[in-house]
Amino acid sequence: MFWIAIPFAVLGLAIAWLIGTDPLSSFRNGAPPVEKLTFERTILGSDGVRLLVRAGGSQPMTIAQVQVDDAYWQFTQTPPGPIARGATAWVQLPFPWVVGEAHGVKILTNTGATFKREIPVAVATPTVDSMSFVSQAALGVFVGILPVAIGLMFYPVLRGVGRNGMDFLLALTVGLLAFLVVDAVAEALELAGEAAALFLGPVMVVLTTMGSFLLLMAVGRSRGTPTGLALSTFIALGIGLHNLGEGLAIGASFASGAADLGIFLVLGFTLHNITEGIGIAAPILKVRPPLWTFAGLTLLAGGPAVAGLWIGSLAYAPQWSALALAVGAGAILQVIVEVGSLLVRRSGEIQVSFLTPAAMTGLAAGVGLMYVTAMLVKI
Amino acid sequence: MTTVGEVDEARNGFDPTKLLTDWDRGTVSQLPDGRTLRTFEITAEDKEIEIAPGIMFLAWTYNGRVPGPSLRATEGERLRIVFRNYGSHPHSMHFHGIHAARMDGVPGAGLIAPGEEFVYEFDARPFGCHLYHCHALPLKRHIHKGMYGAFVIDPDPTRHPGYEAVARSRLLGTRENAGWQEFVMVMNAFDTNFDGENEVYAVNTVAHAYAKKPIKILKDKPIRIYLVNMIEFDPINSFHLHANFFDYFNQGTTLTPTLKTVDLITQCQAERGILEFHFKEHEPGLYMFHPHQSEFTELGWVGMFDVVEAMS
Repeated sequence: MFWIAIPFAVLGLAIAWLIGTDPLSSFRNGAPPVEKLTFERTILGSDGVRLLVRAGGSQPMTIAQVQVDDAYWQFTQTPPGPIARGATAWVQLPFPWVVGEAHGVKILTNTGATFKREIPVAVATPTVDSMSFVSQAALGVFVGILPVAIGLMFYPVLRGVGRNGMDFLLALTVGLLAFLVVDAVAEALELAGEAAALFLGPVMVVLTTMGSFLLLMAVGRSRGTPTGLALSTFIALGIGLHNLGEGLAIGASFASGAADLGIFLVLGFTLHNITEGIGIAAPILKVRPPLWTFAGLTLLAGGPAVAGLWIGSLAYAPQWSALALAVGAGAILQVIVEVGSLLVRRSGEIQVSFLTPAAMTGLAAGVGLMYVTAMLVKI
Repeated sequence: MTTVGEVDEARNGFDPTKLLTDWDRGTVSQLPDGRTLRTFEITAEDKEIEIAPGIMFLAWTYNGRVPGPSLRATEGERLRIVFRNYGSHPHSMHFHGIHAARMDGVPGAGLIAPGEEFVYEFDARPFGCHLYHCHALPLKRHIHKGMYGAFVIDPDPTRHPGYEAVARSRLLGTRENAGWQEFVMVMNAFDTNFDGENEVYAVNTVAHAYAKKPIKILKDKPIRIYLVNMIEFDPINSFHLHANFFDYFNQGTTLTPTLKTVDLITQCQAERGILEFHFKEHEPGLYMFHPHQSEFTELGWVGMFDVVEAMS
């Protein structure tokens, strides 16, 4: 008890000394405080524009005035007053925005520093009503659940494959998962860059990915190396978590008018995700699971897309999407390891397991299919 | 629409409404040859001012205000301006007028370091609506930080035969001049984030000051505005009067208008002039004035004349 008290006592003394004597005053060179303001949400409604801002300066920040399109505009701030570091506030502007056109909101602090939020295409932010709920669910079904179900429908056809065919399919699964993990990490890092600096976005993404990877590895291996249905479940979980993050990002970009949801785009997502269904089916080709497990796997892998779309369009902040994508990346990393080790065990030799023609073409096909279908949806 | 909140005028040390009519006439004495010597005392100081509600700007000022004091003299007087630099950077006073090279307020001629003093001396001519500003380098920074002010030389009626009445109406202190409502307006703007573009536009510094507190005007008394453009970064500024027309005296160096019956004039930086108009045939009410650059208007440079039958 005594020894644990010492370091805390020293820390307390150091803080008291810092506050009491201000030995750092000589570092103060007249520079204004560092100011940072991040826009986390932009909501366009019939009553104007609402913005959620997060302060990240060295001192509490004060919003003095707000311009919309280079014009001072009336605004109300809730809660009013200076915004503490890390805290958020809503800024409400009764601005008559124009559908389909671009606007820019500029916040001026008391020091005259400016922070700008572009609204590239103004469209009304979806509100919580049953209509949009249903249409978003339908969209989620099309991009998340339907393709996984279609992929799993290849199950009866694939059951007849031989040894090489099995190697090909497992390698294909590894390839598509490899694509997803790269895609997820890249997107998570991009979103992390939009988040407030105090979240340490890139660090958060890397640590979360590693944490979720290790956690799922530990859970997966607690009852031996997962194979068969267990492995398929983990693949479905990894893909599901990825789809959650994906859904958050898509929901948010459609809500903000950044993307136009054409039929072509939806079909692209559907095609893209069919490969995922085949990957989930690969480990259970030689076991014969009951039919309901297919429904379960489909919902596990595709369902989160629906939830992601709902949440993303209603309550969006880049750091949460980044976090979800990072968790998904860790989960996918885990199944890459497990499917890879299954491939290795099948061949019995590490050196050649990925180098057989079947495995090589499988890897190439997995990555290639995902890449080509991703081109359909990339804007 | 508008800025939100109020500017603390007491902390700023100047009230935009009072700036309109606040002339610095210096102190007057007699020279041995009988001429009038008019002496102004000006100090340069760093000062944080509130240019729009809640927005603080670390300005460089003459006498602690932006724009600097509106100096007013009469044609033919000897002027002596005692300039002391209490600021943190070298400064000067460069007058738009007729003077010797030694008195020009440029590097090497009256540009002084912090703590120093310089006396500018020259004759007040030509009559007109002029200005002064700091000519230290970098020029853009010294101007947009707030170092400028109006410099008006009234015509001497005895020197303008045939136009005595007009000249007397321009000469501050005469009975004829008392029949006018005179205002000084310096159009300016501030780049608060130092990106080379202005965030706040105004006349006499405070955004929306005369929109929120309209300028009271007596309906029966003519109006004369000494208008100076000291905007930095934007090439031109302008003045548009609503529901009325005015006569314009470009640079104020003539006693007859250079433009008759216009409702809009443009000015580049340091361009200035005198506007004369009245509301005698108008019904009382609020009459707007603003530059016809909508952007400037919406960023703070807009005001109102509140035309009334009698001052309350």
